[in-house]
Amino acid sequence: MSGQHASRPLSWRHRLLRGTLIALVMALMAVLVLLPLAAVFIEALSKGAAAFMDVLAQPETVSAIKLTLLVAVLAVPSNLVFGVAAAWAMTRFEFRGKALLGAFIDLPFSVSPVVAGLVYVLLFGAQGWFGPWLTDHGVTIIFAVPGLVLATVFITLPFVARELISLMQAQGSEEEEAARTLGASGWQMFFRVTLPNIRWALLYGVLLCNARAMGEFGAVSVVSGHIRGLTTTMPLEVEMRYNEYDYMGAFAVASLLGLLALLTLVVKALLEWRYGDELAARATRGH
Amino acid sequence: MTLELSHLHRRYAGFAALDDVSLRIEPGEFLALLGPSGSGKTTLLRILAGLDYPDSGSVRQNDRDLLAVDARQRKVGLVFQHYALFRHLTVSENVAFGLRIRPRKSRPSRAEINERVERLLKRVQLDDLGKRYTSQLSGGQRQRVALARALAVEPDLLLLDEPFGALDAQVRVALRRWLRNLHEELGLTSVFVTHDQEEALELADRVAVMNRGRIEQIGTPEAIYQQPATPFVCEFIGKNNRIPLQRANGVLTGGQRQLGADPWPGNAVGSAIGYVRPEHLLVSSAPSQGGWAAQLRHIYLAGGVAHLELDVPALGQVLEADMSSDEVAQRGLQPGQALVVQPRLITAFPLNAQGEADAAARHVLQPQAAP
Amino acid sequence: MARQRRRVLPGFGISLGYALTYLGLIVLLPLAALVWKASALDVDGWLRLLSAPRTLAALKLSFGGALIAALFNAVAGLLVAWVLVRYRFPGRRLIDALVDLPFALPTAVAGIALTAIYAPNGWLGQYLLPLGIKIAYAPAGVLVAMIFVGFPYVVRTLQPVLETLDRDVEEAAESLGATRLQTFVRVIVPALLPTLLTGFALALARAVGEYGSVIFIAGNIPLRSEIAPLLIVQKLEQFDYAGAAALGTVMLGFSLLLLVAIALLQRWSGRWAERGA
Repeated sequence: MSGQHASRPLSWRHRLLRGTLIALVMALMAVLVLLPLAAVFIEALSKGAAAFMDVLAQPETVSAIKLTLLVAVLAVPSNLVFGVAAAWAMTRFEFRGKALLGAFIDLPFSVSPVVAGLVYVLLFGAQGWFGPWLTDHGVTIIFAVPGLVLATVFITLPFVARELISLMQAQGSEEEEAARTLGASGWQMFFRVTLPNIRWALLYGVLLCNARAMGEFGAVSVVSGHIRGLTTTMPLEVEMRYNEYDYMGAFAVASLLGLLALLTLVVKALLEWRYGDELAARATRGH
Repeated sequence: MTLELSHLHRRYAGFAALDDVSLRIEPGEFLALLGPSGSGKTTLLRILAGLDYPDSGSVRQNDRDLLAVDARQRKVGLVFQHYALFRHLTVSENVAFGLRIRPRKSRPSRAEINERVERLLKRVQLDDLGKRYTSQLSGGQRQRVALARALAVEPDLLLLDEPFGALDAQVRVALRRWLRNLHEELGLTSVFVTHDQEEALELADRVAVMNRGRIEQIGTPEAIYQQPATPFVCEFIGKNNRIPLQRANGVLTGGQRQLGADPWPGNAVGSAIGYVRPEHLLVSSAPSQGGWAAQLRHIYLAGGVAHLELDVPALGQVLEADMSSDEVAQRGLQPGQALVVQPRLITAFPLNAQGEADAAARHVLQPQAAP
Repeated sequence: MARQRRRVLPGFGISLGYALTYLGLIVLLPLAALVWKASALDVDGWLRLLSAPRTLAALKLSFGGALIAALFNAVAGLLVAWVLVRYRFPGRRLIDALVDLPFALPTAVAGIALTAIYAPNGWLGQYLLPLGIKIAYAPAGVLVAMIFVGFPYVVRTLQPVLETLDRDVEEAAESLGATRLQTFVRVIVPALLPTLLTGFALALARAVGEYGSVIFIAGNIPLRSEIAPLLIVQKLEQFDYAGAAALGTVMLGFSLLLLVAIALLQRWSGRWAERGA
């Protein structure tokens, strides 16, 4: 059992139970998590490294990678600024309707990605609220990049805000108050006290936000229109290749996203290990 | 710089944190706000710092409306209870913070800032720890960094919230004396909040005792201890025996003994409450002395002083009397022994029909020893 | 009140104003459009939509499947959280980090990977098929995908609570003569219940709305392995906006319901924590 109880001699039944449970967890993790992960990379390399590299060099792949990066570059900073503003208001002031605001911030996490895409189609699509006006003015949002960005922003909206709200709630406002009594202006207080205190949590939130932004499928699939080379992000490229029976190609593109996921997990683990105290409590992580 | 606080009210969600508080803080004085938790003392301190605002009332500093001044312009140094040091900055950077953020025009040069920080760190005896991060410091050291940081901006008023609350007992006493010396050296007007009466009485020039958002009494430590003004102060400051008294026919009695003439006019029959400090209980072995018959239940030796626990059947309660340990030994007092106790000084308050004490009618009785 | 309450720290107006505007434009306005569009459907239309066998089958699969997947995840998540918190063994940290993989792995990637494993000619599928077990292109495949995406929730909500659960209480129970099983059922499970339910509800919410990982493995056979979100997409492709909006509103309503349930559960577990402290 845990460290401080290690001195207690374990009965054989206890040891058997412990061994069984650990074995069970290992087996479960292997089948549930490791196997799919391994499948991605093995299938991607099933026709050799050359074929794999060939897929990555294809113009469709390259444009999908570029578009994925573009969407993330627009969506993540946007949610970053929102997260900081929302966390500041939620943790440093008392106001009516605060709990409701918190619930709305969490809402995108429990809405189906398909619904997230659908709402933008209903708003900006040809049949939508603003559809006719947009058509008249020559603006396309649905089946174009703005739609992809909007749907991604919706889906990834809570990541930064949630991490910061939990952390800043726990940290309290004393340091900021101290800065004020020492004569700091609002921005001085923010840049010299608040920001340094939340930097790792901010990075943590951005990391998770980015992973989801680059990997989002359902919401962007609804607003994308699947126009090759124009509105296909990497996850959509995976789908299109898969539906065209280009399995190896699909897995090759998927393996890049798999690498992104692994990288995210590694950086996340590093952040938790090195700066655990400066992140929000574990209870709030992960979803 | 005189601070004039008048008629401050502050409510939080139905709870009165400050209820008509008026107070004058003299230049250069060291004032303690003493009270149990929830008595409003921290609210008062935060209002002075500009971190909270009263619902009504005013705070004036030499005829300037302080409430109209933002926290950052008040020139008030605040030492937070948990120090609120900037955890991402070193000790020196913490102390320099208030100077570095000044607008270029009023900001001292880099060399001047460094020089001032060094001087302050020397003053708080941390001159070799400037490069450390605050997480590497002990509680007492952090406390002094917080103090140096507050002093660096040369405040007009120094505020300390439970300055010793988070420290262990030994550091606490040492730091207390040190802070008193520092205050005398700097001559700065200082206000500190504490729930520890020993701290308040030892350190402050004047003590304001607070309870339920009101100031119960304000005065020198001697006055607070020797002449407690209200029942709350009697019970909160030092030890006191609480004795029920009866008023009848112009005489005040307690435990069936006459203690003196009824000092209060008006209704002839009623009750009152009397407070007697343990050191004001005279304990004798001779029954001829007069007083309440008592049985010595227990002797608690606490160094030079002994606390005697005395069972007094006439009062139906146990009284505590203090005596020097030497005297206990000399007189050979033993538990179980029959004794006589007599109060020498009683602070008494009449009770109204609802059983509430009238603090304004406080009266001090000095019963004479019967011949 | 004689004086308007002043805010001590700056930036209240701008931060709250920005957050509300942003949230309003990105989340609330679009959701309002959804409900508005759904209201375009008259009673008859709603009845026709909801009584259509295909709709019913899809809703049943999405909600029923999500329920079963969340139940499985509650049990498996409790086991994994327990082992990770209570036991020290080689590879523990790695397993702990891998728990988050379903969060990090894009759903489309998970979808094709699971299909590669469970398809009739897949890594495991080829051995399961002779046993008469068909996972991919069948309702069971939907379950597998839903279990995968919902797996981390229960583990991650339980872990911190398990870490703070007082070992003394268990030892006290044992010293009072309780067996291990009794201790587990009577002491540990009640203490964990609100948190376990919170994790369950989170996993359920995720699985109900899941799309990306499911559609690859499900085979999407109408009336059999077609999930509700897919039906929305199909209605959109047929330009049946009102129908899509109506189905979307049903799913949104369920999300809101779960959100309220989770908030209540968290308040409940918060009380537990206070009582424990």
